[in-house]
Amino acid sequence: MSTQLPQQESEESTAEEAAEPAATDHDHEHTGGPRRDVGDKTTDTEHEPADTEDTREIRVFRYDPEIEGKQEPRFDTFHVPFTRGMTVLDAVIYARDNFDPSLTFRHSCRQAVCGSDAFFVNGEQRLGCKTQISDLEEPIRIEPLPHQDVVKDLVVDMDHFYEEMEAVDPYFDPDETPDGELEEQRQSRANREKVKMSTRCIWCGACFSSCNIAAGDNEYLGPAALNKAYRFAMDEREGDGKTQERLETIEQDHGVWRCQTQFSCTNVCPKDIPLTEHIQELKREAVKSNLKFW
Amino acid sequence: MYEHDVIVVGAGGAGLRAAVAADEAGADVAIVSKLHPVRSHTGAAEGGINAALREGDSWEDHAYDTMKGSDYLGDAPAIETLCQNSPYEVIQLEHWGMAFSREDDGRVSQRPFGGLSFPRTTYAGAETGHHLLHTLYEQVVKRGIEVYDEWHVMNLAVTDEERPEDRHCHGVVGYDVASGEVSGFKARDGVILATGGPGQAFDHTTNAVSCTGDGQAMAYRAGVPLEDMEFIQFHPTTLPSTGVLISEGVRGEGGILYNEDGERFMFERGYANNDGELASRDVVSRAELTEVNEGRGIEDEYVHLDMRHLGEERITDRLENILHLAEDFEGADGLDEPMPVKPGQHYAMGGLETDENGETCVGGLYAAGECACASVHGANRLGGNALPELIVFGKRAGHHAAGKEMESAEIETGQRGEFERATVDSPVELGDPGSFGDAVADGGAVAAGGTADPDTLLEDAVEAERQRIDELLNTDGIHHSEVRSDVQETMTAKVNVFREEDGLKEALRELRAARDRYEDVAVQDPSTTFNTDLLQTIETRNILDLAEAITVGALARKEFRGAHWRAEAQERKDDEWLKHTMLSWNEGDPELWYRPVILEGENKEYEPKVRSY
Ligand SMILES: Cc1cc2nc3c(=O)[nH]c(=O)nc-3n(C[C@H](O)[C@H](O)[C@H](O)COP(=O)(O)OP(=O)(O)OC[C@H]3O[C@@H](n4cnc5c(N)ncnc54)[C@H](O)[C@@H]3O)c2cc1C
Ligand code: SF4
Ligand code: FES
Repeated sequence: MSTQLPQQESEESTAEEAAEPAATDHDHEHTGGPRRDVGDKTTDTEHEPADTEDTREIRVFRYDPEIEGKQEPRFDTFHVPFTRGMTVLDAVIYARDNFDPSLTFRHSCRQAVCGSDAFFVNGEQRLGCKTQISDLEEPIRIEPLPHQDVVKDLVVDMDHFYEEMEAVDPYFDPDETPDGELEEQRQSRANREKVKMSTRCIWCGACFSSCNIAAGDNEYLGPAALNKAYRFAMDEREGDGKTQERLETIEQDHGVWRCQTQFSCTNVCPKDIPLTEHIQELKREAVKSNLKFW
Repeated sequence: MYEHDVIVVGAGGAGLRAAVAADEAGADVAIVSKLHPVRSHTGAAEGGINAALREGDSWEDHAYDTMKGSDYLGDAPAIETLCQNSPYEVIQLEHWGMAFSREDDGRVSQRPFGGLSFPRTTYAGAETGHHLLHTLYEQVVKRGIEVYDEWHVMNLAVTDEERPEDRHCHGVVGYDVASGEVSGFKARDGVILATGGPGQAFDHTTNAVSCTGDGQAMAYRAGVPLEDMEFIQFHPTTLPSTGVLISEGVRGEGGILYNEDGERFMFERGYANNDGELASRDVVSRAELTEVNEGRGIEDEYVHLDMRHLGEERITDRLENILHLAEDFEGADGLDEPMPVKPGQHYAMGGLETDENGETCVGGLYAAGECACASVHGANRLGGNALPELIVFGKRAGHHAAGKEMESAEIETGQRGEFERATVDSPVELGDPGSFGDAVADGGAVAAGGTADPDTLLEDAVEAERQRIDELLNTDGIHHSEVRSDVQETMTAKVNVFREEDGLKEALRELRAARDRYEDVAVQDPSTTFNTDLLQTIETRNILDLAEAITVGALARKEFRGAHWRAEAQERKDDEWLKHTMLSWNEGDPELWYRPVILEGENKEYEPKVRSY
């Protein structure tokens, strides 16, 4: 089982579980179920612009813990007019601004750098702003990231992800810095090249959400945090002592050895970071350093 | 109520640097940000950071270039502070591990950039801002600085003495996005605004959806003057459907612009017979829009940027990320077809008036980064000069707010020293006279308390915001997005790269109408959980005030300087206009005034010259 999807489909979640946001898996049975109206302010027909337009059908996951009618998760269908270049994010923005202002999702940059809008689109973790509508099969199903608590609609609680990211001492920590205030701490081009991909992470959480291990082990550091550790462990400017400390951190019970090289994280990463490779390399480094220090 | 020595509002490059500096100076500092820090728009910056690091270069040359680029509307003390400190701040980032691109000898690489007399732009691939933002956030984590993320600041707690110069800021009011809790954040020593630019006042922008100028609008209403707001930089190559920036690199490598008739209009229509596509940003933007306005645009909207002739090898080698951007955000394959591009709002040169220590005229209130105007960029910002501004002035504001001893500033703030009162010939009433005290209409300005003690002031401010939210949630009315899109369309149509008197006046009428309609907005989502409908409704109010300020400045300034073009006045008029446009909210009845530009530097006087390249 190499990706999250098969597992989810085999999972039977009950209505109670689904209504309880702490149960991170949202209920797939809603997909085929009857769709309900959005609140009492809008009606079905409002979700469709004039017939003449070329529209796309999106089905968006809805949930709000305090609003009647939304406490039980459901899917709402919207028909949004298609324009060239339209992304999944554009589609949900259109639906929000024209059909239902309560439709909620994080977004900011619209250009794949802020990492706010990782959604589960047609069964895969993707950035809404980086996914062209024209590349997707209809109806397009848009859900919050699996394996994270849903706060509301497409918004998930990212705190756990941030905690893991911050658990690996995610900052540069050299033994010494140059004396001169204007003197650089030189780094070879080769070393910069080595850590380059690892520094591209935008903290979107797509990899974490796609990872079976992270889903089962709440304390697993997860691919993004391990990649962050890689970024510093491989940096030639940090001292051996610090590198050793970093390797110990990633080698703990819920660290690199949990990874079963399923590549799901690598497949979904919008920044094309070779996460699995980085984790494998950390494993090799950990083994090497154990030999050295034992 | 939360309480700290220093409260930093915003967690982009400026806010994070300010927080680290305040921490270094020994203050108990906290960051309050509507986005998690790594989501800030600083992460979108591509090109680089200017710093005079090498032999053959000097801060004086950098200052000269910046002053010339500003079309002599920058203040020398601010420009010199930037250029003297940028090398230290860039190397500081390097010592914090920022992944700069490197030379063979392991030193930081630098490249040439428009308007610079030396290749002094340091960079980290084509994602300099991303690395700067993440490196600074790492330092915040390392120091354990408290971050209240996804807390939206709704207003400032400022005393209400008659003159803004006598007022004091004691904190801010925040709204917890996740829970709907409204709470005061008391600042014992100072509040630093680092809330970024107002790009969302336009409907086509390279700025993020979150760039709604909140800090500018809140401080403006609390008495801090807005300076030089009419100076907006438009970038000539942005993708039509999203506003995503296509870097100047494409034209640098030889990319060509064509109109619908297949003409290479930059030459064939005589816009820039020498430089063609490589003419400065404002020239190319105006040329593109002229083509579209005269019916030679494609789909009446954009022009084509073609790089196919460069060949696949060169394109994938040097411009690979452009292929991704065009594909991901426009569905266009740059190897196979020309890319559609049009001008888009990119950067705001103006902002909250500060001195070179980041201090505004209101006691205890600071501003740094794109929301501030020191003024470094004057009428036109050079590429690579915004990021150093974040770290240089962010740090200074952090130090000053934390009480660190600093040289006193040369730049005057508020209506002190030399200034001149003026009026603007507006066809409609500006601002919001009469709305003072009406929480929804006046944006929640604090009306109570006089010189009340800080705690009472903050409690009153919190109460006013609760009331504002209550009113917005419990009425029926129109949706803010209608008002917002009207404002954005007005600004893009009439306060764009072309500005003429009638259009600007018409824009003010339309903005007046939008303001009137805003009186009837209602939030349709009743939830207290992650209510983005409510927050965007509040942001729209901020956009209204800033759009008006930009337009008023544009109408008042009857000359062509830097990014500001006027049909009626096709030249720079140094006799009359070597002065900053200042706008004070004045309790809802905006007042226009001017302050002379400071061209007197540390060792020399900058002599205005023709800005030609
Ligand atoms: C596409 C692009 C490319 C660029 N490239 C370059 C370049 O190569 N070189 C260069 O020098 N400059 C460049 N610039 C300009 C430069 O990046 C920006 O001016 C700069 O990053 C702004 O930083 P900031 O810290 O002021 O604001 P931002 O990074 O926008 O941060 C604003 C912060 O304020 C917070 N905030 C806002 N409102 C509130 C509120 N109400 N309550 C709480 N928090 C709030 C936000 O959450 C955010 O954390 C570029 C700009 C763009 C758009
Ligand atoms: S590694 Fe990739 S998928 Fe994971 S958080 Fe970073 S950018 Fe997102
Ligand atoms: S909106 Fe920023 S990554 Fe998609």
